[in-house]
Amino acid sequence: MSNWDRFLDSFFNARVAWEYLPRIVDGFWLTILLALCIIASGLAAGLGLAVARSLGLRPLNWLIVFLVDLFRALPPLVIIALLYFGLPAAGLSLSGFAATWLSLSLVLMAFAEEIIWAGITATPRGQWEAARSTGLSFLQTLGWVVLPQALRMVIPPLTNRTIAITKGTALGSVVAVSEILGAAQAGVSFSFNPTPLTLGALAYVVLFVPVVILGRWIETRFAWKR
Amino acid sequence: MSLDDFLLAFFSLDILREAWPILWLGLQQTLLLSVIVVPLGLVGGTVLALLSTVHHPLVRWPLMAWVDFFRALPPLVLLIFIYAGLPFAGLEVSALGAVAIGFFLNTGAYYGEVLRAGIESVPRGQMEAARSTGLSRAQALAYVILPQAVRNVLPDLISNTLEVVKLTSIASVVALPELLFQARQAQSVTYNATPIMAAAVIYFLLLWPVVRLLSRLENRQLAGRQ
Repeated sequence: MSNWDRFLDSFFNARVAWEYLPRIVDGFWLTILLALCIIASGLAAGLGLAVARSLGLRPLNWLIVFLVDLFRALPPLVIIALLYFGLPAAGLSLSGFAATWLSLSLVLMAFAEEIIWAGITATPRGQWEAARSTGLSFLQTLGWVVLPQALRMVIPPLTNRTIAITKGTALGSVVAVSEILGAAQAGVSFSFNPTPLTLGALAYVVLFVPVVILGRWIETRFAWKR
Repeated sequence: MSLDDFLLAFFSLDILREAWPILWLGLQQTLLLSVIVVPLGLVGGTVLALLSTVHHPLVRWPLMAWVDFFRALPPLVLLIFIYAGLPFAGLEVSALGAVAIGFFLNTGAYYGEVLRAGIESVPRGQMEAARSTGLSRAQALAYVILPQAVRNVLPDLISNTLEVVKLTSIASVVALPELLFQARQAQSVTYNATPIMAAAVIYFLLLWPVVRLLSRLENRQLAGRQ
């Protein structure tokens, strides 16, 4: 067998690929489910914190800034390890899926708060004053006047950050979540052949290349035009 | 569970004293790793950004495909592919080698995007003026364009570097004895969550100043835009 044949037999082995494809597809759907859960809860929590911060209560703001700094400074894998391997010591066991979801949601929350808050502060003060003077309450002003403008401004950085954090779902493989990478690694150790890894990498490329291109498009479409 | 039990499980001084030598080795490895992979990524990114100034389609399209491919692939997937996959092709790589290659490819693509945006932010007239004083194209890029480009995207460069340092924690998955790996080792020996908690605190203390700095730089950038 020539080197090239051996290479093909290792990385593009049709028999192994066929055998493990269903598991990679299962992993693919699990990755998407996990990603959607993280995006929903992370963005919602980030928006909630940004709104809370705009109330201007000083002790609350210190707490929010500390939380945001904390989850921007800690590596996601460290948070996952702490929740998955550490919490059982407190009598609380999370599944790998729950630990990964919670960790990445907290990270996305921190980045989303920071970005949305930047958008809120960048909205001209006159917008606030004009809206308030028409008789809108503080929350109405925030919800109907300021946030729509602020969110529009921060769509590009928010999209890019969301994509980057969503790719962290692969970290779930470390805590036994059988998302794409987890399924692929299991496949390699059963078959003694790296083809499942090739499939896994392909699955990620299929999933994320359109997302990366979408992010690129959004960046030019919603670029800062002031 | 009482407060004492909780403190004993997560903040035990005795355990910390016992685990400290192990954690200290891990911290040194993490710093060493960062000092290796950040320059690697910067070199890769500079090459990609300089290539992006060439507008020939035979350079442009492969370059874009390269950057999008490595931005789409989660770094952990790339790392596992290199570490667990390449031996099947007869290429044995050490954990450090796999991490270096993976980070070069992944973070290089990210640094490349940041630096490209920086180069594009420098007005065309700068290049023309530099060329007309007799500088070669390479000299103009190195002495006139790049310094301005770097200054324009400094917050993004620092932010990316922060992410790279955080990302070194995935090296624990291929058994490179950096901080998170050492903390997990210490945890499994002591049956106590204190080492992981300590690792998290170390990461936070190490990176918090960077997060603060970034927060200020980003606010200033935003204020400048108004």
